[in-house]
Amino acid sequence: MTHTEIAAPQEMAIRAGQLPRAATLLTVVFAVAIGGVAGMLLGSGFAVMVLLAWLVFLVSLTAWSTAVEGRRKATDRLVNALVWSTFAVAMMPLLSLLYTVIVKGGPVLTPSFLQSDMTGFASLGQGGGIYHAIMGTIMVTAIAAIIAIPVGLFTAIYLVEYSAGSRLAKVITFLVDVMTGIPSIVAGLFALSLFIVLTGDPLPRLGLGGGVALSLLMIPTVVRSVEEMLKLVPDDLREASYALGVPKWRTIVKVVLPTAVAGIVTGITLAIARVAGETAPLLLICGTFPEANWNPFSGAVQTLPVYIYSSLNGTTDAKYGDIWTDRVWGAALVLIIIVMALNLIARIIGNIFAPKTGR
Amino acid sequence: MSTMVDPGPEAPEAPPVEAKPPTRLGDLLFSKVSLVSGLIVILFLAGVGTFLLIQGLPALDASGEATYGEPDIWKFVGMLLYGTIYASLIAIVIVTPLAVGLALVISHYAPKALAKPVGYLVDLLAAVPSVVFGLWGLEVLAPKLLPAYKWLNEHFSWIPLFDGSVNSRSLLTASIVLALMALPIVTALLREIFAQTPRAHEEAALALGATRWEMIRLAVFPYARSGMVAAILLGLGRALGETMAVAMVLSATGTGYLTLSIISAENPNTIAAFIANNYANASGDKINTMIFAGLALFLLTFVVNFAGRWIATRGQNKG
Repeated sequence: MTHTEIAAPQEMAIRAGQLPRAATLLTVVFAVAIGGVAGMLLGSGFAVMVLLAWLVFLVSLTAWSTAVEGRRKATDRLVNALVWSTFAVAMMPLLSLLYTVIVKGGPVLTPSFLQSDMTGFASLGQGGGIYHAIMGTIMVTAIAAIIAIPVGLFTAIYLVEYSAGSRLAKVITFLVDVMTGIPSIVAGLFALSLFIVLTGDPLPRLGLGGGVALSLLMIPTVVRSVEEMLKLVPDDLREASYALGVPKWRTIVKVVLPTAVAGIVTGITLAIARVAGETAPLLLICGTFPEANWNPFSGAVQTLPVYIYSSLNGTTDAKYGDIWTDRVWGAALVLIIIVMALNLIARIIGNIFAPKTGR
Repeated sequence: MSTMVDPGPEAPEAPPVEAKPPTRLGDLLFSKVSLVSGLIVILFLAGVGTFLLIQGLPALDASGEATYGEPDIWKFVGMLLYGTIYASLIAIVIVTPLAVGLALVISHYAPKALAKPVGYLVDLLAAVPSVVFGLWGLEVLAPKLLPAYKWLNEHFSWIPLFDGSVNSRSLLTASIVLALMALPIVTALLREIFAQTPRAHEEAALALGATRWEMIRLAVFPYARSGMVAAILLGLGRALGETMAVAMVLSATGTGYLTLSIISAENPNTIAAFIANNYANASGDKINTMIFAGLALFLLTFVVNFAGRWIATRGQNKG
């Protein structure tokens, strides 16, 4: 720190003092050194060293800047450092999570793991696979999509094209807002009570129920995103079409929807990605089953998220052996790959076909 | 707010009477189908209320075995509500500074080329399924936090928060995972709000010689205040209803303990986690009890979300 003091007391010019350009870097080096030495002296772990270095960095940078540049500049530097720190703090769990899932789940992913089910295997121990769970997730998500996409799409069309500003539209918009906030477990409880009443079975387990629960979570996302996209379509296009004598419904099908199609597909794919990873409702209404069940109208259906949860819950609390946890990590990796792939597809579609208007 | 944008061409209504409009079966069908879809949404939500009430209300006179050892249903729901709200509030305390900072990085601090990738990374966090978050919280995060909890307990056990016997699967661990899950949504809302600050306000502040932080404090924050409150409330709504992370991470039995401690083995339980963990062994009356608890959770999240949206629209009308 000493050599920079030479630069500071120049003659009182119109310019206030300024830290050298490498100030931040110098302070980082200084802080890391102090943090490392202090950490070693205290005999503490790596996390404490990082924490110490961070604190030393904040304090010394602020102090140095106060001495040279004044209080206002110092505050600015402090806030700048804090704001970027939040970014680092937020990224650490993400990286740690992805790293753990890939390292622990990667070796488990063998062709036989993907192709066999759990028939004849206990939830503890080795062997078995997740074929049935992948198929169950695909089936239940597909049911949800079949219910939610038409309802969501047409609701959005109604809101934007047919009823702009009417009282019913306001009610529907409000209810869609309410639906956005429904906790996923409540969606599961709804499907459960619905099918208790419909089937008379006190403990119904069926794939259709899972689809209904997920569609409840999916509809608001679909309505919101489609609505946004339809609003981006310029009114000029609609009016030109009407002026040519094209009926309203053909205008919607041939002009409005094709213009907004990229955004609509993106929104729907993101909505599917969101519900594909849902656990809580499926835990209640789909249950667990050791083999693939293609009949959505009766019998439990195994899905990937529930597979992870129920295998983990198979033993008492936190006493799992490695052999047994491995399968869970494999399933987690597959689930992440599915969800991330859907997200990626959505972004690519959105980027390639994005309309040139708007943001 | 969202329905006002399109004053809309009401074309088919318009043609004069003498020129007899051709009967447009397609038009009729299409408008009816969209109307019915809108009504299905209403029906769906009415169904949620109705069926939860049908199956939940019988629990009102449940007691003893059916309320998991609590004297009556209100005590049962009350205990769980305490845990639910407590865990979510801690999560929000953690998430608020993080999300404000992160949103500022994206909207104001990061250079243009960097802002977009940072936004993607935050969205990536939102794409991780909750059950994977739970798995990670249990297997990776919890053991790492244990030394910190021990230290806190050793030096600060006179604060009720850090009292009790230390356990890694405590309420604080669950709240940290909850915070991570609420972070992307709060950040996304905040960065939209921050980005809406009029450019002229920001440039005026900078032109008067404000530093970047002073510009944010004087131009961005006042403009975004109601939006920030709304975003935090919506994040709270998300945290309240989150199930799997808490169900997997938190070590709580039954309805839990009525305690303030956030690092001990004796924790309060949350509604959603209680349902997920006890559903497998439930039957008969207990199902009704759980559905009743779910109804309480639904009402709670509804109130919080409603407050959030109300503040957001009020702020918009004013601004």
